[in-house]
Amino acid sequence: MDINLNDLLRRYRSHPFEDYHVETEHTGKISFKVKEGQEVRGPGGKWGQRPGTLLYLLERERNVKKIHATWNGQIAELKREKEGRFVEAGEVILAIRHRLGKEEIMDRILTRVLHIFPAPQRARYLLIPELAQKLEKTSEKGVFIEPGDESLIMSLMKRDTLISYDGPPGVIYKVYFQSGAIVEQGDPLLGICPPDKLRYVQKVIQRIRTEWEE
Amino acid sequence: MLTDQEHMADSGKLLAQFVDRISYLMDIKGGGEWGNLEELLQRVQQLRQSVFDFPESRLFEEIGRIEDRLSFLEDRVAEALSPAEIVNIVRSIQRFTLMDILENVYDSFAELGGEGDCNVDPAVVAARATISRRVKNKVFSHQVMVIGHEKGRGEEYRNGGSAKPWGNDKALRYMKVAETEGIPIHFYIFTPGSFPIEDFPGAAQQIARNIYAMAKLKVPMVSFISEGGSGGAEAVGLSDIRLMASRGYYSVISPEGAAAIEGKIREGERVPRELVDHCARQLKMTAADNLRLGTIDRIVEEPPLGARREDYGFFKRLRYEMIRATDEVILKTKSLRAFRAYALKRQAEEQKGVPDEFHVSISWNLDELEVERLLELRSRKYRQMGVGFFRDQKKSFLPVLGRARELASKGYYDVRYGLLRAHQKNVQKVIEEVSGESSVFLRKMAEPVKAAYDFVFPQPNKPSRPVRAEVLEKKSIFMEDWEGWVPPLANEDRTVTCPNAKKKGCQDLWVPDLYGEFCGVCPSCGHHFPLEYQWYLNNLFDKDSVREFNEHIASGNPLGFDGFEPRLKRDIRRTGRRSSMITFDAKVQGIMVVVAMLFSNFRNGTVGTAEGEKFVRACDRARTTRRPLLAYVHTTGGIRIHEGTLGVVQMPKCTLAVREYIDSGGFYIVVYDNNSYAGPVASFLGCSPYQFAIRSSRIGFAGPRVIRETTGEDVPPDYQSAKNALGRGHIQGIWDRRNFRKNLFEAFIRMGGPNLYYR
Repeated sequence: MDINLNDLLRRYRSHPFEDYHVETEHTGKISFKVKEGQEVRGPGGKWGQRPGTLLYLLERERNVKKIHATWNGQIAELKREKEGRFVEAGEVILAIRHRLGKEEIMDRILTRVLHIFPAPQRARYLLIPELAQKLEKTSEKGVFIEPGDESLIMSLMKRDTLISYDGPPGVIYKVYFQSGAIVEQGDPLLGICPPDKLRYVQKVIQRIRTEWEE
Repeated sequence: MLTDQEHMADSGKLLAQFVDRISYLMDIKGGGEWGNLEELLQRVQQLRQSVFDFPESRLFEEIGRIEDRLSFLEDRVAEALSPAEIVNIVRSIQRFTLMDILENVYDSFAELGGEGDCNVDPAVVAARATISRRVKNKVFSHQVMVIGHEKGRGEEYRNGGSAKPWGNDKALRYMKVAETEGIPIHFYIFTPGSFPIEDFPGAAQQIARNIYAMAKLKVPMVSFISEGGSGGAEAVGLSDIRLMASRGYYSVISPEGAAAIEGKIREGERVPRELVDHCARQLKMTAADNLRLGTIDRIVEEPPLGARREDYGFFKRLRYEMIRATDEVILKTKSLRAFRAYALKRQAEEQKGVPDEFHVSISWNLDELEVERLLELRSRKYRQMGVGFFRDQKKSFLPVLGRARELASKGYYDVRYGLLRAHQKNVQKVIEEVSGESSVFLRKMAEPVKAAYDFVFPQPNKPSRPVRAEVLEKKSIFMEDWEGWVPPLANEDRTVTCPNAKKKGCQDLWVPDLYGEFCGVCPSCGHHFPLEYQWYLNNLFDKDSVREFNEHIASGNPLGFDGFEPRLKRDIRRTGRRSSMITFDAKVQGIMVVVAMLFSNFRNGTVGTAEGEKFVRACDRARTTRRPLLAYVHTTGGIRIHEGTLGVVQMPKCTLAVREYIDSGGFYIVVYDNNSYAGPVASFLGCSPYQFAIRSSRIGFAGPRVIRETTGEDVPPDYQSAKNALGRGHIQGIWDRRNFRKNLFEAFIRMGGPNLYYR
């Protein structure tokens, strides 16, 4: 765990963007519907049912397919020279420069620092009551957890199974699920922070929370 | 002698009344600009504040002037009320509500199923009430069930009289109570429309259930319409006599809704007022229009500007009219002569205003025979609605021939499947009993009789179980040469993308494959692409078995809706058909069926008088010939708004015909495809006990836009998908298009009433 959080933060500060490169899905004739530098928006609506901004049309076998933006951001690296030309599958034709928000940066930093304990299968999860109580009481210092500790209850078809933690020892920094909610297999359940890094991570996150301007 | 202070108090009351009257005028005119109403209101408000600053004489002089001005304005408004202004009257907060009626028309009442906001649905009120009449200074009371919408006086929980599905369910529950107790029902309709949500029991489903039940409810029913908003009104509107307030409206859609459709207004944009006014005029929604169209029976006169909460004169009239209407329903079932005498007497007495007394008291109880007559009269009444408003393009001598043929075929089927079949069944039963119970000795005696019987009545060559199984084994589920008919859609050399491609990774599909071999189904995820209705005509039924009937019944423009005629002609030219419903006889693996099909290419499958009539005749044909009835809905967009309430009454009319068919032992099955919405789903389709959907279809009450605009909430993209409809219990199963023919055949074998010819 040799990450210099300050460096990481500095990098995000100087360039708070993430570029999402858009590749062509398949071969076809392309015609762009956006310009370089144009702001585009990703899918909207409560269920993501409204498609994002139309980026380009890709025509193959007289089937004109509309390709919409999947992220909010600005169009960059647009390959204007490809306009009206035949493209191969998987060609990068533009990028959406997405400005990272406070939460996104925190998430990115945490996923690099924390050890993530994922859900072994799709089920409902609950923290065992003692652990939940401890977490409530000692929110500042965190709760220490070691491999082999029984930490979660997995509830599947009304049958409860105790799940033991099997990662490196550390402090529970973040609980990613809502008690009793269904979690998909592989989704994060707990984020465990090495004890020596805890103060440092807390400080960095606090700084982002208070100082970061969106 | 009144003191000065009492005079002032009187003037205070007068001024308060002025404020009400002015704001009422402003409600009607949709603002204070007309006739300087705003200014007049300010003048009254100022006078109210400084009432003690004026000497009495000047104050009353001023009040007199305002009174003159206000009366003049009121007269002018009343002289030329436009339909849009009538809608405003109905929606005014000062208009009478059901609670006012319960308090002033009925002697006493007890609300059932909730009170105020503590209620299953506060928008629907059910109450047991007593109503009384005076006959020669004696008072006679009657028990009735009152069911209707309560708009409330601005309370949010009343939802403006917009009934939720469970509200309509409550209404149905108390209709059944009234039926059990044998008391008449008085319905009061004050609804802008049903609340368009699909939550169980489902807006459309519940309305369909209500109409289906009301069609044969064994008690007299009278309804009174003040605000009749389409399907919501029909949920408590099917009755033996329909009265309507002279300043009420009864319409297929709100004028704003019609304007948004006609003007192609985008969601969120304001609908121009002129367009709303125009549509209100076109929809023919006023009481006079509805009386002319035959969708109501009588008008209850209101004061020129509409009745308000304190119009006790109106309530007296309404009480009289409700009693008279109920009497008439009762008398018609007893004797036509008594009814005529009664009606004449009433008309004579009404010359001098609302009579205080009735000349006779009539018991509101019916015996069994009278109930039968009541149901028959109801059936006849609704079957007549809309007749004469569609175009009949049959040549003049043909109707007589057609009628004769109908009678002949009825006689044939009555003998074939009625008399002979009953006799056959009885003989069979006796033989089975004798041979089943008997010993060898008895069997010896029974065998020759059975052999003789089998010789006289040979088993018809019908598809019985073992034979069918054999047929199934040998044949494909499709026609032997189903590939013979390729939809024109398939004649294009291009590919299309499955809508689930992103989620499920489906490959692009080559159109000739998709619409040819794959029957429009994505081979990877099973998504069903829409197909033309001809595909079903050609692939669902046995080859050359489709025989269309009643093609001569054609859609028209009965209301003279501006700009509709060219659109109608265009659709007729484009489709080569005259209405959006095709009715035909066909065979499915040898089983003869009657089919009613709504298809999308003609006015988006909307239902008007022509479609309704064709459907009713298809029901009757299926009943006469004892064949199963299939309603296949390729697409329906609801009731055709250009036919106004003539379209709306097709809901009860068709449901009644279906009910009579089902009651006679028929099998009615509905299969939805593509998009099925609104009126038809909320009546003659939704009432079927067997409803299925083709995969990837959508079924609902209102479209997503209407739901968003009414509920103020976003609608999930799959809200009305067949899968969710199945989850909510609306439909009984989802069928793959490729198995449609097989499933249909199996449905005929497994379900349905006892009177079908092949049973």
